[in-house]
Amino acid sequence: MALIRSCLAALCLGVLGLLAAGLVQGAAIELREFDDPVLEQRYRSLTASLRCPTCENQAINDSDAPVSGDMRERVYLLLHEGVSDMEIRDHMVQRFGDYVLYNPRLEGRTFLLWGLPAALVLLGGVLVILVVRARRNASASALTPEERARLDALINRERTE
Amino acid sequence: MKRRLLLLLPLAGFLVLSVFLYQGLSLNPFHRDSALMARDFPEFDLATLEDAERRVDRSLLTTGEVTLVNVWGEWCPECKREMPQLLDLAERGVRLVGISYKDTREKGLGFLEEFGDPFEINIFDPDGELAFELGVYGAPETFLVDADGVIRYHHTGYIAPGEVREKILPEVEKWR
Repeated sequence: MALIRSCLAALCLGVLGLLAAGLVQGAAIELREFDDPVLEQRYRSLTASLRCPTCENQAINDSDAPVSGDMRERVYLLLHEGVSDMEIRDHMVQRFGDYVLYNPRLEGRTFLLWGLPAALVLLGGVLVILVVRARRNASASALTPEERARLDALINRERTE
Repeated sequence: MKRRLLLLLPLAGFLVLSVFLYQGLSLNPFHRDSALMARDFPEFDLATLEDAERRVDRSLLTTGEVTLVNVWGEWCPECKREMPQLLDLAERGVRLVGISYKDTREKGLGFLEEFGDPFEINIFDPDGELAFELGVYGAPETFLVDADGVIRYHHTGYIAPGEVREKILPEVEKWR
């Protein structure tokens, strides 16, 4: 009984610790007030789709890096100046490079990146069609007359036995 | 026989892709080029660290001389380790301009007093507004600006002692 009780106590402490860690973590990223829910939604999706330039794989809405804070601030300000999402992304790319976009743009340099998967799917489809066709033709013309005769003979022997 | 060879095609494709991706593993994402390469140094209007009354702007970098612009902060340990290299560069006649990044004036001046001051002048950027325009994401960072104020080279992070001769000086010579 004492054992169960101490286990429970340890569990509670652990949960509390996790909660506290969560609070500390959350406190690093500021809360912003929005009067307009549309702006808030755009802010959320923009900060989730821009990558923090100094942390290898975190969006700026999820990063404690100072530069991410500056970028969030800039996104917030630009949104309130009536700048479009596209222009805000451009604004960041002009300063921090393509690295900050989680979805690279379709342009000459990224053509292979976007085109290759589509090309591979197409190629796969063509291959499947070719293979299926080849098999269909093969089954139709597989037996020569001699083979057919031999097959018939075998089948007949089976029947008579 | 030809058909047999054709069967090896997917394997060949896979190998090519593997080599390509394997190389990607050893790329350091922090060695990417600055987005400002070959572009004009951004406009700014800020006070200097040394004198709060004195304002400087982009004309500071269009003097006809190649300039290294170094972004530093008192809070940045790598910047302290970098100072001997910057002093060395200044001694070799390279013009250096500092950007005091996200510091207070006292701390910035204290830093220069303690570690030396290779800079002709320091731009005081406590909110990081110029640094944001430059796409700075950590300090130290160094930009080489040519005689016409165009950014020609970018070094992210600390300049190691060997890199003064191997990287920085050749770039300075190249754009002079």
